Amino acid sequence: MTDQITSELFQHLVLLGAMELEPGEAEYIRRQLNNQLKAINELAAIPLDDSTLPASHGVPFTPEITPPLRADEWRPEPDPQKILAQAPQLEDGYIIVPEIPHTDL
Amino acid sequence: MELADFSAHQIARLVHRRELSAAEVTEAALQRIQAVDGRPGSLEPGAITTEDQGKVHAFITLTAERARRQAAAVDQKLAAGEDPGPLAGVPFTSKDIFCVEGTPSTAASRILANFMAPYTATPVARMEAAGAVLLGKVNLDEFAYGSSSESSAFQPAPRNPWDTSRVPGGSSGGSAASVAAGECALSLGTDTAGSVRQPAAFCGVVGVKPTYGRVSRYGLIAFGSSLDCPGPVARDVRDAALALNAISGADPHDSTAAAAPVPDFSAGLEESVRGLRVGLSPEYFRIIYINAASGEIDTQPISAEIESAVLQAANHLAGMGAEIVENVSMPHTRYGIPVYFVISRVEAASNLHRFDGVKYGYRTPDPVQDLSEMYRKSRGQAFGPQPKLRILMGMYVSAAQYSAQYYNRALKVRTLIRRDFDQAFDPQGALRLHALLTPTTPTTAFPIGDLYGDSVLMQYADQFTVPANHAGVPGISLPGGFDAQGLPIGIQLLGPDFSEARLLQLGRAYEIATHQAGWRQRKPAVLEGRLP
Repeated sequence: MTDQITSELFQHLVLLGAMELEPGEAEYIRRQLNNQLKAINELAAIPLDDSTLPASHGVPFTPEITPPLRADEWRPEPDPQKILAQAPQLEDGYIIVPEIPHTDL
Repeated sequence: MELADFSAHQIARLVHRRELSAAEVTEAALQRIQAVDGRPGSLEPGAITTEDQGKVHAFITLTAERARRQAAAVDQKLAAGEDPGPLAGVPFTSKDIFCVEGTPSTAASRILANFMAPYTATPVARMEAAGAVLLGKVNLDEFAYGSSSESSAFQPAPRNPWDTSRVPGGSSGGSAASVAAGECALSLGTDTAGSVRQPAAFCGVVGVKPTYGRVSRYGLIAFGSSLDCPGPVARDVRDAALALNAISGADPHDSTAAAAPVPDFSAGLEESVRGLRVGLSPEYFRIIYINAASGEIDTQPISAEIESAVLQAANHLAGMGAEIVENVSMPHTRYGIPVYFVISRVEAASNLHRFDGVKYGYRTPDPVQDLSEMYRKSRGQAFGPQPKLRILMGMYVSAAQYSAQYYNRALKVRTLIRRDFDQAFDPQGALRLHALLTPTTPTTAFPIGDLYGDSVLMQYADQFTVPANHAGVPGISLPGGFDAQGLPIGIQLLGPDFSEARLLQLGRAYEIATHQAGWRQRKPAVLEGRLP
């Protein structure tokens, strides 16, 4: 059976996923994806009529159990430095990243 | 009985009476950890030694001094005549997927190995507010992606305290193993496809997956946001009820935490189960899976020992007055895993986009030309194979040209899975069940290395647990005896939305019915010095 996720399609997905993969790792992952799709394809045989709506979650969020939204109020973060200190590269309170790819107009 | 093996409700009672100090309890737990856990998981583990093979390895981070300070605070409150809370002095562990302020919060991934959480997750904060003492952060499958805990970037991975050559299950493997080995009385896990119940079954302890929304997800490093449910692991039902009381309820930090009333889960535990209707479904006594070699669908019965344990549990409940309803049809059970392969991947891929080497976590040390290359190298070097698989599958099945065929179809089949439960539990319906009784898992704990690497077979370990995640309904796994190899068997009760109190009541009834059974006296191998 032909692989649904071909090498070409796989490379495209890897690019979109922003991940650099080792060759051996890439082949293992592509094989696993195709194996998983065999299981997923079982869904194609299930008869679905128009009355079957998609469920984005299981439990119905009725008005009785839906909490009210928080007031939209500004609250100061108690210690922003603690959060900024997690950044891999920081300068004068700014998070530093490498050159952002761009095209000159 | 050693102090480390006391139950949470015993400890809380004795600490409240000041017959025991929280400090003594904490020291006993730390000593047990010292005796059985071995070295914690690390990114540079080197070779696994013979000594490693006989240890539990539940922990990634032990927070002993923090625990001692918390215990001292509990004892000081009592000395001042104040009530430290219903879990006074009870030692607990947290799956390392919950943020705890000032602790490394890694999700067992290299990409978060250096992340120090700036705030504490609501379920952990509520345990601590109830007087429980956090001993540390325990290991799991990377980002909770797995059913054996073997995919952790922090090795050695947790091992099963009943037989350390076997997996503890996953993804909350460190949680279940730490409770089973008496390293703590309670643990917090998360259940996205069975990740509390399956390891609880494999390790012979109690695991609760609450109704979706019963427990806040604030501070949880997200996997599948429409499926994730934080839940407690305990050694008995009374302890599970105490922990669930502590962590349940609405939370202004999580708009999906339901504003449903929270009953006292301990109050009605020993009420009669007479008249409660408990269903048995044939769909939960066989496994249906894709044979990777042939590509065909295979159907296998579950092991006779597990089937027998479930039927014996039904007999016990019937003996206490429950009505057993056989042949309950749950026709969409078999689609739980294929649907999960789609929905969980789409949600995981979305949640993993934030890990990019910019704001926190790992950034590649390699020289790079631009931001895109930094993303690719950072994510490529620091994600393990499981997150990578989920990102790629999630993107594929939700891509514009494929989403009708995969993602939208999976969401509709989720509706059918939910409908099975609605029909079974409908109080005006033909069945009017209060609960469904099933095996938790198709097998007992498998040997380390047996399934790891086969992402399809591994996923089918969750076949009987994942439907409850799609439907959002609550479930509980209970110890139900042992197989011929001395491995724990788990039995599962599933119920309608927000029926945790009823499930705990049925679970407690089963505990009482089997209290004198010989298997209840068994101890994990690591506590008896038995080597694999």
